[in-house]
Amino acid sequence: MKSLQELAEIRERSKSKVALREGHNEIRIVVGMATCGIAAGARPVLSAMVEQVEKQGLSEKATVSQTGCIGICRLEPIVEVFEVGKEKVTYVKMTPEKAKQIVSEHIKGGKPVYEYTIGEK
Amino acid sequence: MKELSLNILDIAQNSIKANAAHVKITLTRQGSWLTIEIVDDGTGMSPAFAAAAANPFTTTRTTRKVGMGLPLFKLAAEQTGGTFTIESHQAVYEGDAHGTTVTATFNTAHVDCEPLGDITETIITLIQGNPDLSLTYAYQTEAGEQRLSTDEMREILGEEVPLNSPDVLAWAREFLNGEE
Repeated sequence: MKSLQELAEIRERSKSKVALREGHNEIRIVVGMATCGIAAGARPVLSAMVEQVEKQGLSEKATVSQTGCIGICRLEPIVEVFEVGKEKVTYVKMTPEKAKQIVSEHIKGGKPVYEYTIGEK
Repeated sequence: MKELSLNILDIAQNSIKANAAHVKITLTRQGSWLTIEIVDDGTGMSPAFAAAAANPFTTTRTTRKVGMGLPLFKLAAEQTGGTFTIESHQAVYEGDAHGTTVTATFNTAHVDCEPLGDITETIITLIQGNPDLSLTYAYQTEAGEQRLSTDEMREILGEEVPLNSPDVLAWAREFLNGEE
């Protein structure tokens, strides 16, 4: 069983990291989490996004947040990627597997995965 | 919804949208019955809106005129022979108590009862998206109670470590899943 006291260790450990975390966070990944998104499977998509951003060492570069209904419910789960100076990219019918690929190719590699975006079939 | 834990996530998102500072999610198992209660101190609903809130054609949505969150939760409870209630208060004067309580009961032995599913992921998702929210989660069974309070977590973590930092979320996930 985990204990609350382990949080004190996390606090100590992160003290050294905070200084480095001036983070630029120039990329915002937003997951639609209204009823439509949740029913379509947004919860595992969100957790895959959070996990992959951390795993691939992109925490300084990208943040993952949640929003309400984006308005095209039949294409949920939907993920939008906002990057300073670039056009918004909208991914539709998302899955945790797609999320992993998008984090490595788009967030890390800078190349949107167009086959999963709203413009493509 | 495939799992009751997804309904819970959806209903709690309503609380957050209603600017709740505190949200309390309590699950109680008694025999074959499961009671799910979501209490918030958000803005609350007018009596007329609260009375109609479980109707799909009542919604605060701006994207379309149908809102399925509460109707789906109500249906999930009633199709097991369970009950569903909403109690809501708006503040008339500053300092008045306000907020909403949604309670649903489920006969888990009923063939139409959705599984609870991954309640841990629902709690983690709420913390990830709302690191400043005061969230209390309690799961009471005949064997005892599991409880997580983000206020208590914050007290130990201090100001510098946000509750949605990866290390903290990983800890919370393991804590809720009862891992070593």
